[in-house]
Amino acid sequence: MATTTPLDHVVIRFAGDSGDGMQLTGDRFTAETAALGNDLATLPNFPAEIRAPAGTLPGVSSFQLQFADHEVLTPGDDPDVLVVMNPAALKANLRDLPHGGTVIADSDSFTKRNLSKVGYASSPLEDGSLDAYRLHSVPLTSMTVTALAELGLGRKDAERSTNMFALGLLSWLYSRPTDGTRRFLESKFAAKPQILAANLRALEAGWAYGETTEVFTVRYEVAPAPSRSGTFRNITGNTALAYGLAVAAHTSDLPLVLGSYPITPASDILHTLSGLKRFGVTTLQAEDEIAGIGAALGAAYGGALGVTTTSGPGLSLKAEMLGLGVMLELPLILVDVQRGGPSTGLPTKTEQADLLQAMFGRHGEAPLPIVAASTPGDCFDAAREAVRIAVTYMTPVILLSDGYLANGSEPWPIPDVASLPRVKVRFAHADDVPAEEKFRPYSRNPGTLARPWAVPGTAGLEHRIGGLEKADGTGEISYDADNHDRMVRLRQAKVDGVDVPDLDVDDPWSCDPKGADLLVLGWGSTYGPISAAVRKARASGLRVARAHLTHLNPFPANTGDVLRAYPRVLVPEMNLGQLALLLRAKYLVDVMSRTTVRGQPFSSGDLEHAISEAVTHAPPRTTARGFGPDTSTQEAHA
Amino acid sequence: MSIELGLPTVGPGQGLRGVPTLDAGQALTRKQFVADNEVRWCPGCGDYAVLAAVQGFLPDLGLRRENIVFVSGIGCSSRFPYYLDTYGVHSIHGRAPTFATGLAVARPDLNVWVVTGDGDALSIGAGHLLHTLRRNLNVTILLFNNRIYGLTKGQYSPTSETGKITKSTPAGSVDGPFNPVSMALGAEATFVARTLDSDRAHLTQVLKAAAEHRGTALVEIYQNCPIFNDGAFDVLKDRDEATARLVRLQAGEPVRFGGTDGDANVVVARADGGGVEVVSRDVAAATGREPVVHDPAADDPSAAFALSRLDDTAMGHVPVGIFRSVDRPVYDDLVRSQVDGAVSAAGGPADDAAFTALLTGSDTWTVD
Repeated sequence: MATTTPLDHVVIRFAGDSGDGMQLTGDRFTAETAALGNDLATLPNFPAEIRAPAGTLPGVSSFQLQFADHEVLTPGDDPDVLVVMNPAALKANLRDLPHGGTVIADSDSFTKRNLSKVGYASSPLEDGSLDAYRLHSVPLTSMTVTALAELGLGRKDAERSTNMFALGLLSWLYSRPTDGTRRFLESKFAAKPQILAANLRALEAGWAYGETTEVFTVRYEVAPAPSRSGTFRNITGNTALAYGLAVAAHTSDLPLVLGSYPITPASDILHTLSGLKRFGVTTLQAEDEIAGIGAALGAAYGGALGVTTTSGPGLSLKAEMLGLGVMLELPLILVDVQRGGPSTGLPTKTEQADLLQAMFGRHGEAPLPIVAASTPGDCFDAAREAVRIAVTYMTPVILLSDGYLANGSEPWPIPDVASLPRVKVRFAHADDVPAEEKFRPYSRNPGTLARPWAVPGTAGLEHRIGGLEKADGTGEISYDADNHDRMVRLRQAKVDGVDVPDLDVDDPWSCDPKGADLLVLGWGSTYGPISAAVRKARASGLRVARAHLTHLNPFPANTGDVLRAYPRVLVPEMNLGQLALLLRAKYLVDVMSRTTVRGQPFSSGDLEHAISEAVTHAPPRTTARGFGPDTSTQEAHA
Repeated sequence: MSIELGLPTVGPGQGLRGVPTLDAGQALTRKQFVADNEVRWCPGCGDYAVLAAVQGFLPDLGLRRENIVFVSGIGCSSRFPYYLDTYGVHSIHGRAPTFATGLAVARPDLNVWVVTGDGDALSIGAGHLLHTLRRNLNVTILLFNNRIYGLTKGQYSPTSETGKITKSTPAGSVDGPFNPVSMALGAEATFVARTLDSDRAHLTQVLKAAAEHRGTALVEIYQNCPIFNDGAFDVLKDRDEATARLVRLQAGEPVRFGGTDGDANVVVARADGGGVEVVSRDVAAATGREPVVHDPAADDPSAAFALSRLDDTAMGHVPVGIFRSVDRPVYDDLVRSQVDGAVSAAGGPADDAAFTALLTGSDTWTVD
């Protein structure tokens, strides 16, 4: 009988061939873990090829999750446990496993042929090369086949359930409940009773193997995390983003029309929204990226909430239509789920390198607001914020997510839609126009500088608009120099004037006269790794403040004050320093840039090291003047 | 896997279904469709004639002016919306069909037109045009074909004849032209017609039929550019030449043309293989070959396609009129019927509670 040892956190990585069902195994283990009340974060990692040749390094797919009895901010830097279904998975992932870590390997797949495919001369399970690790070499496949012997399946079909055997074993090892997985399998294979039976039996056999053999002498428990009360679910960024858009349309009383072209890693938003017809959501799979945004803009002109979803290459293709959106001053949401670039780049990996494209990637002076989501669950709120800005200010808005947020997941407190704020949208009406006067489609709300949303079908407001420069107010075509100068500045002023909340700084030393030694400022999906790294740095005695930008254009009004308040500012990004460039240009503050472009999120360990280095070695800027608003300092751009 | 879609009605005269009409006794005049913008086409441009015809014929539709939208791309013809006092959008090069797609799907109560040219529709926007035709979106597309790039000052276009000498092809263009009617028929367009800027009566008749068609109606309009390609269609404007060349297609009628009675030549099926050819009435009679009878409602587009191939850039024979007019389920109707069907099957629009249930999903846990 195994003894049970409590742990405060565990990082597990499941790795196998693309066809081994590792993503499903990871998803189910996550659901079991969520049901147990642990906090968690996940990181799926899969190849761009749908099915690379079996058993090869390019075909390796993995799923990592961290779960804990406390708040989890990242999927973990390095795994504690590596589950490998074949030699390729071992080879591709072993370097991430710290010495002393646990390897659970399917020994059946370590055949001569599979070993030679990845260049192993002998089996690492037997030649002592894994002596630095705790190795459990388990014949997962053959035990699965044996367990399913009575079901009369062919060997190939039986082997397909090996992932459920592994899940059963890991569920036992970490004391996870399997009821949810049973229900999931029962619903997924309702129409295929034989497959259902095979999966259930494999799951049970895996659990029983752990329970009855002496191979695993210790079983682990991770207590539930104390969290806010409420009802939670696990949610990925793409699902949260799609739901955020649908709910935003509902709370602003607009029909949602999505025009989209499939692209990794954004396609799941299209898939999710296309399943929401019952919620009044219309989705059009367009013939290309341009048609996707064209349809969205056309729908917006007709009074709908127009949305288009894409990734970096698609944003490039949509740039001209975004320019038209800026000129027409219509609300439009463009979601860019960033991936490794340029060109086709790393389609299934994450990156934050589209910030400058979002900011400047158009012809002419074409400013538009930019919002960035910071966690999978935050994608819901970021989507609603993007919609609020778009319809309040009559402008296209770019919403940035990335591959890490899109496919990663975290527990999410389910909001009550009735309690969410409503966004009031008002369409122009003929009564708005004084008698004997002509409708002025480019008149502006003095507060927001938004123009009226005058939709076809409204009698008395017939008007023509287009991409040619507009005369201020009337919207007629105008090539007048003064008018163009005024309109360019008006469009900029409208975006600059978007009301965004102040940047919130997490600074335990804000009331301490000595203050913090460093501010770490991030944006987007680096939220988790930065927060975890700052937590570690503080635990080791460093005085580090932290802030995170949700609004990239315009920046919060206090951004300059915040930057100038700290002697050192570190900006970690998954690009070559794009936010740092903007901050330096706009605020003339010499921020330090820390970058990674490996297709993977920052490791919090690396970031902690960068923080410690910055605090210890970087000289403080002498101009820093302590935290707090200072009205005497003019913004650099003013 | 496919599912039965439960098709909304299509059929003759259904093109304007759902668009609010004027009250009984009300009527609009041509003048009410004239916007007060100064028209800025070159003197003598064929676009003036088309504009006048459209302004003159729009009142006949009996629609509310505010429910009519003209969407255009870029090019001389794409200035069209500015001159009509309806709703109008001058979008970007080649993309008007995409804009119209979102608009038509979102708003079944609008009568949506796309105005485009040979460069806009067949070069930069060719992909969108094909997909619009394939989907059968409920819009009417006016394709002004002057066989030249006008707004960029005189480069050859995808309908220019091979060997065309222009600013960008001083040694003559080497690429072969599109026949827009053949292209549309190849994309299985449900309504395809050709007309001329100079024939007001024919133009109006074709436009009316196009507007009333439910689905994508493509109307190619031969249009003269007096600056960069003047006289391109002169042979069709000279009375004698026109008589000898224009093949006026009439539903249910044998296809014949030329001579004082319009029957000097007939179009007959080719003896060798597919397609049709022109022979004189006398030769046809002597060899016992019957003229083909035009049937725009034929489900198979092959016969219409064969007629479209009579044409070439030398304009020896130019069929005009309605090549094809058939009913097929309409994209925007189908898109809406799926959404509306899902909403009504669920008992009406989703309320807050339904959205909360969506967010909740099936796998949750509660912390007290």
